[in-house]
Amino acid sequence: MSTTSETLYRNRRIKNAIALLLSGAAALFGLFWLVWILWTTLRTGISAMKPGLFTQMTPPPGSDGGLANALFGSLVMSVVAILIGAPIGVAAGTYLAEFARKRPLGEAIRFVNDILLSAPSIVLGLFVYTLVVHTTGHFSGWAGSLALALIVLPVVVRTTDEMLQLVPGQMREAALSLGVPQWKVTLQVLYRSALPGIVTGILLALARISGETAPLLFTALNNQYWTADMSQPMASVPVVIFQYAMSPYDSWHALAWAGAFVVTVFVLLMSLLSRAILLRNKARHD
Amino acid sequence: MIDVQPANAPAAKSVAAAPRAPAVQGETRPAPKMAARGLDFFYDGFRALKNVDFDIAEKRVTALIGPSGCGKSTLLRVFNRIYSIYPGLEAKGDVLLDGENILDPGYSLNRLRSKVGMVFQKPVPFPMSIYDNIAYGIRHHEKLSKSEMDARVEQALTQGALWNEVKDKLRQSALGLSGGQQQRLCIARAIALRPEVLLLDEPTSALDPIATGKIEQLVAELKDHFTIAIVTHNMQQAARCSDFTAFMYLGELVEFGDTETLFTKPAKKQTEDYITGRFG
Repeated sequence: MSTTSETLYRNRRIKNAIALLLSGAAALFGLFWLVWILWTTLRTGISAMKPGLFTQMTPPPGSDGGLANALFGSLVMSVVAILIGAPIGVAAGTYLAEFARKRPLGEAIRFVNDILLSAPSIVLGLFVYTLVVHTTGHFSGWAGSLALALIVLPVVVRTTDEMLQLVPGQMREAALSLGVPQWKVTLQVLYRSALPGIVTGILLALARISGETAPLLFTALNNQYWTADMSQPMASVPVVIFQYAMSPYDSWHALAWAGAFVVTVFVLLMSLLSRAILLRNKARHD
Repeated sequence: MIDVQPANAPAAKSVAAAPRAPAVQGETRPAPKMAARGLDFFYDGFRALKNVDFDIAEKRVTALIGPSGCGKSTLLRVFNRIYSIYPGLEAKGDVLLDGENILDPGYSLNRLRSKVGMVFQKPVPFPMSIYDNIAYGIRHHEKLSKSEMDARVEQALTQGALWNEVKDKLRQSALGLSGGQQQRLCIARAIALRPEVLLLDEPTSALDPIATGKIEQLVAELKDHFTIAIVTHNMQQAARCSDFTAFMYLGELVEFGDTETLFTKPAKKQTEDYITGRFG
């Protein structure tokens, strides 16, 4: 009897060790590439950093320059995309969570939203190209913002929906029990409870679009010069990285690395910020 | 609202029938503030309440007891129609508040809920300050000056037996209060609207014995001003703090009478078995 259990225990320990080894190896394999990518970006990016990066325009081949127009273009188009996508997304997510829960229409919208969420960004770029660039006859910052907004939208819909669903049902019942109508309860009680999560979703969407290239190639195109006019083609960091990294010039390569570094740091900051918001909120609730 | 017509639904009941008073033993009850007559309740077609007749006597405490799933919470949740926020739920029959049928679609939900307040199992303070938790409901229904509002908040917190503990931190988040304090805050929030009826759905089941004692004492004080119905799975609690008790089982109201009689001389075998701990 006891020998049987000992054999069982030993076999289990062996299986455990094998499983642990395999999962550990898989984690290391994944991390290896990630660390490599980050390390290369960091090393090459930092060495390409220079004061003029934020003040000078993208240069023609052979001369010196910075990324000022691209950084500005990225910032403006991303912010406009958030301004378009986030309010619509929050409103739609609220509809799904508060007014269409467990109803066929809500489920259908949620399904379509999930498809949009995983749609390749180049498809969204082509869509806006046909819709805006083709009809207006030229590339523009507005078209770029619109394409980015289409990426923001499903992310914000999803997070708003999920965050509102996480609010305990009894809080909804308690507020409605005071005779306050549902729209007021949603605005004044439920949003307060779900706000940190919704803001996190918007920040993550901002981080995501700051690195999107494909939808901008077809819509905002690029611009060698400074422009604050959104009806003109606009430069953006990802597109400049794409163009410069493909070029045969060393000075352009360095600028591409510097751009990659800036975008990576921005994404990192957004992630840290959203994490901090969530953690602070959790501490307040505990 | 999805209209669910279950396969086993009874033929339309004659609503016109004169309100039947449930068979009562013991002392004569004061006039009912709220009453259910021939009430059926359906969860997506499942019949959870079966032809229930039930009275909530004015300025008394009426307790609902019974094993889990017997329909006691379901019955309580019909009295302010809070069930109606979920699709697929339907109540049929009459539920009267001062003689008016609150199940009538024309009866304003917000008016009903300002008259019939509710406190839930788990304390759910809103994510705002203690002061705003109390003022929130009042602000929707009444336009008050700052000083009037201050007085109302103080009065509600005093009635909720919480004022002395929170008077120096009214602007702090209500989430920092202990569980027992949070539940008293929820009671204060409900009575701040000066409702006529207060529904308590197992208000102490998430609390420790000391906090439970405070809530029970509070219920005893509140019945001078409010009509109270309390659902509890704790029979001692029902015996301690209620004037009338109803025993429910499998969606039916088995026995209903004054608390002392129900606990000492129950008329039905099922009631006796339950209160002596033979099942449930």
